[in-house]
Amino acid sequence: MEWETVIGLEVHVQLQTASKIFSGASTAYGALPNTQACGVDLGLPGVLPVLNANTVHMAVKFGLSVDAEIAHRSVFARKNYFYPDLPKGYQISQFELPIVGKGHLDIQLDEETVKRIGITRAHLEEDAGKSLHEDFQGMTGIDLNRAGTPLLEIVSEPDMRSANEAVAYLKTLHALVRYLEISDGNMQEGSFRCDANISMRPKGQSKLGTRAEIKNINSFRFVEKAINYEVERQIQVLESGGSIVQETRLYDSDRDETRSMRSKEEANDYRYFPDPDLLPLNIDDHFIGEIKKTLPELPHEKRQRFEKAYGLSTYDANNLVASRELAEYFETVLKESKAPAKLVVNWVMGELSAALNKESLDITTSKITASALAQLLARINDNTISGKIAKTIFEGMWLGEGDADSIIEKQGLKQITDTSAIEPIIDEVMANNPQQLAQYREGKDKLFGFFIGQVMKACAGKANPAQVNELLRKKLQQD
Amino acid sequence: MSVTAETIVSIAHLARLALDEKAIPHYAEDMNRILHWVEQMNSADTQGIEPMAHPRDLGQRLRPDEVTESDQRECFQANAPQTEAGLYLVPQVIE
Amino acid sequence: MHQKTIAELSQALAQGTYSSEELTKHYLQRIKQWDTSLNSFITVCEETALASAKSADEARRQGKAGPLTGIPMAQKDIFCTNGIKTTCASKMLENFTAPYDAMVVEKLNAQGMVMLGKTNMDEFAMGSSNEHSHFGPVKNPWNLDCVPGGSSGGSAAAVAARLVPAATGTDTGGSIRQPAALCGITGIKPTYGRVSRYGMIAFASSLDQGGPMTQTAEDAALLLNAMAGFDERDSTSLDAPVPDFTADLNQPIKGLRIGLPKEYFSAGLDPAVGDVIMAAIKEYEKLGAIITEVSLPNNHLAGPAYYVIAPAECSSNLARFDGVRYGYRCKEPKNLEDLYKRSRGEGFGEEVKRRIMIGTYALSSGYYDAYYLKAQQMRRLISEDFKRVFEKVDVIMGPTYPSIAFKIGEHSKDPLEMYLSDFYTIAINLAGLPGLSIPAGFANSLPVGLQIVGPYLNDSKLLNVGHQFQQHTAWHQKIPSQFAK
Repeated sequence: MEWETVIGLEVHVQLQTASKIFSGASTAYGALPNTQACGVDLGLPGVLPVLNANTVHMAVKFGLSVDAEIAHRSVFARKNYFYPDLPKGYQISQFELPIVGKGHLDIQLDEETVKRIGITRAHLEEDAGKSLHEDFQGMTGIDLNRAGTPLLEIVSEPDMRSANEAVAYLKTLHALVRYLEISDGNMQEGSFRCDANISMRPKGQSKLGTRAEIKNINSFRFVEKAINYEVERQIQVLESGGSIVQETRLYDSDRDETRSMRSKEEANDYRYFPDPDLLPLNIDDHFIGEIKKTLPELPHEKRQRFEKAYGLSTYDANNLVASRELAEYFETVLKESKAPAKLVVNWVMGELSAALNKESLDITTSKITASALAQLLARINDNTISGKIAKTIFEGMWLGEGDADSIIEKQGLKQITDTSAIEPIIDEVMANNPQQLAQYREGKDKLFGFFIGQVMKACAGKANPAQVNELLRKKLQQD
Repeated sequence: MSVTAETIVSIAHLARLALDEKAIPHYAEDMNRILHWVEQMNSADTQGIEPMAHPRDLGQRLRPDEVTESDQRECFQANAPQTEAGLYLVPQVIE
Repeated sequence: MHQKTIAELSQALAQGTYSSEELTKHYLQRIKQWDTSLNSFITVCEETALASAKSADEARRQGKAGPLTGIPMAQKDIFCTNGIKTTCASKMLENFTAPYDAMVVEKLNAQGMVMLGKTNMDEFAMGSSNEHSHFGPVKNPWNLDCVPGGSSGGSAAAVAARLVPAATGTDTGGSIRQPAALCGITGIKPTYGRVSRYGMIAFASSLDQGGPMTQTAEDAALLLNAMAGFDERDSTSLDAPVPDFTADLNQPIKGLRIGLPKEYFSAGLDPAVGDVIMAAIKEYEKLGAIITEVSLPNNHLAGPAYYVIAPAECSSNLARFDGVRYGYRCKEPKNLEDLYKRSRGEGFGEEVKRRIMIGTYALSSGYYDAYYLKAQQMRRLISEDFKRVFEKVDVIMGPTYPSIAFKIGEHSKDPLEMYLSDFYTIAINLAGLPGLSIPAGFANSLPVGLQIVGPYLNDSKLLNVGHQFQQHTAWHQKIPSQFAK
């Protein structure tokens, strides 16, 4: 039987606020255990939650960016369950009336294919603390610094059909929240966490199969692996006549497998009800309008502009807009170098990307600033140096030997563009290679490359290749 | 609706309350009587009535995003039954 | 000294008749002498009380004294007090010391009031007899065999016996008004949101409200002036200007329109209590009030709605008491589940567990709509009944409680019987309205309270109406003879 994979994703995005969603404690990462857990975060008796305005702004900003309905009235509800990292015995979340309603996100699958993924809802909630399972006299340690950190949970429709699509959706969403500056998206620190709901159905059937939920997958690569593993597992179960159990599974990246989390599974009855300590959140059109004004150019808008204004391919444009910083870097180089867009793309996505990857850096920590690269490309563009020499200079710049102009100056790499300087070199090469000259003139055209090579060697690569080409052709034919 | 001893056990589990085994029938009896009384509500027609969660229909106030709390771990943990290295300790959590 | 009201003590302190230190020592002495029989205090803070009395006297010397500076008072043990144990009368919090003050505590301290101690109560404010305290029952000073009412029974008994001139209470379904009635003192549950809930250990968040318990309406106004006000730490706190609650006390009440709900005077009301109430209404008529019969057709369903909503909220509010970060932890837990279950099973008393069970059931899957949602809808109907009535009358009056104080142990076998008696008070909490109880006379030598209810934010009006009654009657001045000296 041919199976169709159906995937829906729930993404927990940690909002980058200064303070927590319901308390004035700091959200900074990496503090000593429990030093950033105030009375509200610890659920001490008598203390009360008050909602952080910034989280509401950020949620609305996100909603607007995915064309979603913003609820004029949303309600915070308590999700009740006992767990040591959940200090109050309930999580404040939104249940029946979330702040962001139905919307959608377009993902680019390849040069031609764009797919629209439905967004069911997005709601605000508080994060839990952390259980540390290292052995403390045979006990578990609880750190509540993370408790109360604001999260936006973004729930998609079951619209994805493969691990590839799921990853494309996640990458698009990841870029989006970073464009909006509502999250740092740091996956290692857990600022962008994903749960995947996966089910299979016979191709052509519209009814959804029973799904399994895979919890807390914390990298794009693991999402792909976890989904692929789970799809295989489910197909095996189904084809051997079994049925899928609706359950929560955990992805183990060490063993590359998912396994059932029975301990969390037992009869969850969360007893959601409106939190009586908080009032309904009312948002009016004016409030929404003000936030609309602060929306930046979104990735898909930027991509379209790049294609139109700079004549880039969808592929190039897509790569560049993957992060806001990269796109900004590109535009700075382009503006300051005045070089053609294609040349800039090739350098940014080529030499620069390779250098960054090699040292596991990203564009924000690049050793060559946009202005510095612009200077280098400007020198190519005004024929001061050749593209080949530029690569050598780039290496020097990367190693901190100075900017492009000073390296050119110091190492005398300035391109020779003066005809009267190039001609004697050509004459000398011709005089030194009479045999090859004769063969060439007898029709062995291939030897043209040999002469180019000899000329460039004689001038240490500094002569302008186009000029060498032109002059050499002329001279070889002349005599 | 009738609350059985079985219901009492499962509700007590949801609420994480250890109940005295012998008291369970007693709880069931009390609960049944109380719920029976509560069910008088069914005599009122509430069709289309919007549920009221708060005494007054006001909106949530928002707090500026500012850090106002400083570290008070030591004084908070003075009340804790068991801590080590700044962590609250509980019996091993099995994932 | 102890025969005096706050208003009188304030004057005496201002005139230098005695110092706060003398006053404080006098009351501490009375507590020492009498509280062994009443059990109205859980904690007495002799040292800190004397220290604050001294600083109050110092403030007075420097001309910095306000009307409440140096006056002794007591806090219900549900309000968190920085550095002083806050137990909520529970084994769960027997050794809990909050590192912060409740807003109410902060505000009264700022006025220079002298806190003598923390008063006994029903555990986590659940109960109306004060029999459900881990620290033992409180006795009614009018008859030591009887309950003082609850849950603020310790505050009511202490003020009635003049072990303290005034105290705070909290009221979720009548917990200020009912013990005030049963002990013959004055108590007001302000409009919901008037008094900050910050630092007041929650029972049912949408119903809980703190308020003063005093000898007179005038004292209640003085204390409420200090207690009320917006608090940015409580999302449900009212962001509205706070009036001077004493400003209207002396307004004449001629022409006041009083509504008597016919549902209040039906079966279930002790006739002797009914007689006292009718006599009080007569008194109001003499003062020029106009009496009208009104109807609250859904009032009989307030109890059923309340006993879903309050337990539902409490089941969730009390989930934080899990033996992990503070509070009671069972001995040698076998595993995490055992830690939770035994810490909570052993740390909570019977009534608290019963309510957690009811609330958990009402919210659980499959029952939510039938119980919780239905109760929320009832809440709106009940609230609308009041709105309609207040288009026609200024205040509603009736008994605070259908009987006089009953014997300790009399109802403890049957929780439902106890719930049924909260008939007059709980609808007021569901609607969030202000309600005042004042002493209206005696039946069988035990006090009877008159409840006065007004529209939202009409707390001043209620205090004015109560004060005018007290200007013409002497019930509020009665002190149980055993404690009079």
